Order: sequence, then C-alpha cells, then structure tokens
Amino acid sequence: MNTLILDTVNTITMTALDWVHLFMHFCELSFLSIGGAISAAPDMHRYLVVENHLLSDTQFSSSITLAQVAPGPNVLFVSLMGWNIGLNSAGGIQAGWLAWCWGLFGAILCLIAIILPSSVMMYRVAKWGHKNSQRPSVRAFKSGLAPIVIGLMISTGWLLQKGQHLDSSNTTLIASWTLTVFTALLVWKTRIHLLWLLAFGALLGALGVI
Amino acid sequence: MSIPNPINTQQAEDSLLSANELHSKAGPRSRGDLFISLTLLALQGFGGVLAVVQRELVEKKKWLTNEEFVEQWSVAQILPGPNVINLGIMIGQRTFGPSGAIIALAGLLTLPFLSLLLLAAVYSGVSDLPWIQASLRGMNSVVAGLIIATALKMASALSKNPLGILLSAVLGLLTFGAVALLHIPLLYVLLVLGSVSCISAYRKTIALDLKSQSKAENVGGV
Repeated sequence: MNTLILDTVNTITMTALDWVHLFMHFCELSFLSIGGAISAAPDMHRYLVVENHLLSDTQFSSSITLAQVAPGPNVLFVSLMGWNIGLNSAGGIQAGWLAWCWGLFGAILCLIAIILPSSVMMYRVAKWGHKNSQRPSVRAFKSGLAPIVIGLMISTGWLLQKGQHLDSSNTTLIASWTLTVFTALLVWKTRIHLLWLLAFGALLGALGVI
Repeated sequence: MSIPNPINTQQAEDSLLSANELHSKAGPRSRGDLFISLTLLALQGFGGVLAVVQRELVEKKKWLTNEEFVEQWSVAQILPGPNVINLGIMIGQRTFGPSGAIIALAGLLTLPFLSLLLLAAVYSGVSDLPWIQASLRGMNSVVAGLIIATALKMASALSKNPLGILLSAVLGLLTFGAVALLHIPLLYVLLVLGSVSCISAYRKTIALDLKSQSKAENVGGV
C-alpha cells in the first residue's frame, strides 16, 4: 500500500524533442481513435507507461478515472495525462508555479494533438454529406470496424483494472475484480445512475476493502 | 465574406430543409445558443456525455429528429475522434459553417477542461493521503467496469452485423489478445485485423445485397 505514495512522485526529463514526439504520437492516435479516444488508451499505456516511462501506472489510471468522475467528454483524460507529464517533468507538484505552468502546457498540447486531426477530418466528411452513406463500401467499413472497436474497449477496461494491482494482496485483487464485474453487469443490464456506482467504489476503497 | 450571417443562414437552411420532412427545422438559434447549449450538455455528462446527448439534442432541444440523430451518430462513431465532439462538429458545420464547427468544439471542451484541471490540481495536492488513493482505486474498478459495460451494450448490435456473431466474436477476441495481452501497437492491429474485418464485411454486404435484390425480383415476377 505504501509503495503507492512513492509511485506518484515520478520525476522525468523532457527535452523539446520529447514533447514533439509526444505531440506527434497523439496526432497519430487521433486518426486511429475510432470509437473515441478511449479505444486508443491501450496504445497510450504502451507508449507512455511501458516504453517511455513518462507516467507511472497509477498516474495513467488516475488520469482516466478522474476524467470519468469529472463532467465533460471522456477525451479530456488525454489532457490529464499531459498535465501529469508536465508535472513529472517539473519534478512534481512540489515545484510550485513552475509545475503548474508545465502541467498546463502538457494538458493543452496533448488535448490539441488528440482533437485537431480527427476534427479536421470530421469537418471534411460533414461537408461531403451523407449522400454516400448507403454505398456498400461505406456500410462494410462501418460493420467491419464494429467488432474491433468493441475489442479495443474491453482491452481498455482490462488494462485499467490491471494497472492498479502492482502491490495488491490477493484479497483486494479479488474484491477489486468483483467490483468491476458487478459494475459491468449493473451498467449493462440496468439504468442505474453512474454517480451512485462511483460513490460506492470510492466508499469501498476508502474503507480499505479494495 | 466566407462566414455567413447567422440569421440568413438559418433562413436559408430552413427553406432548404422544409422540402425534406425528415429534417428537424429547429437548430441552434445563434452561435451563442450553440456554445451555451453544448457547454451545458458537456457539463451534465458524468462518466461520459454519451448518455445525455440523445435526450438533450433530440427530445429536449429538437435540433435533430431521431432519424437524423441515428444517422449522424453512426457517422460520428465510425470516424476517428470522440463521438460527441464529432457530432458537435457536424451540427455546428450544418448550421453556421466553419465558425459553427469551431464554436461547437469550444463549447464542448472549454469549461469541462478548466473544471477538470481544477480537480486535478486539488487532487495532486491531496494525492499522497492514503484514503484518497484508496477511494480513487475503488472508483478505478468501477470505471473499468463501466467501460466494459459500454462495450457489451455495443456488442448487442453485432447480431445485425453482416459478419455474423461468430466471426465478430473471433475478431473482437483477437483484437483484445493483440492489444491487451500482447501490447501490439494499435496502428498494426487496425491495419491487419481492421482490413481483414472490413474486407470480409464488404464481401458479405455485397452478397446480402444480391440476395435481397433477387428476392425482390422473384416477388415482382410472381
């Protein structure tokens, strides 16, 4: 449990070139984020956590979770990743206003990178209109991507759940997976309000069950 | 000027659309209306905006008819990018052209972005507290379940997919294995599995079209 505290302080060095690479990578993911930015989350995990160590697993998961807890489009989780990378590059929140500036810079940079390319494309398609939507090729594209998008979303849930168990005991592991499966079934089959479920999860966590 | 006057555009749009009853006549009244409506829409969406979009835009504001919504939503879904953002760009573009698209983007993102940063700043101040960490872990498990549930809801639409349930399931599982277990970059997964999937979907779509055509001819012949 205590390792978590060490985990949130994750100092990195970001050169200008590193920022450019990050920007380019998110631009690329913008074109690949079919079904929403969340389908690209597994790839962000690979790039940010596994390969380049820009974020810790905890930071990665908390970026997604905080963005889900807050109101607004899900895609904003990407700006939180940028915020955390900025903080890490400044040496953590302890660095004061410098950390805030880098955090803001990272947040805006990543948000622009993930939004702009796909938005320009969407704009062009919107102008082109829907007159071609009945073509077999367009319909095939639509139905062909459906199972892939679903597979990507399940991967995101899986990685999000797995990312938090580096130091968990077996009992918390089982409790945590149980909560995930329980939530999935409830949301799938009922119309329960999400805020109740999030509050329930927070309570179980605070009580030390998970 | 390339940017049209909002009132004239609205009138032109109305007269154009009145020819087609499928189209909703009510759109955003002004750029300000578009910005404020989308800001309010975005701020209502906890755990994602998806759930509130249909209720707000179709049932309350009547900016779109239900048919238009389904059509535009599927386009917003198959193109890369966040669905809600894509839908906003379409609505903005349709009513006010380029400036409408930019205003829609700004409306959906500005206030949620600022409120999220505020939350993140507060969180970084207290993230060392063990119980904060612990409750975030609890919420994390819920969010993982929420994303999986959304995927399961979408999976029910696969029964109408020309690929068929079996092939869809195999492709979905292969995607999961490649991305979640083997950590293969998304680009390669989409290039390989995506093209296999789209090509088989294309073949089956053509075959189904021919079938329904010949059926129609047979009925016509009798």
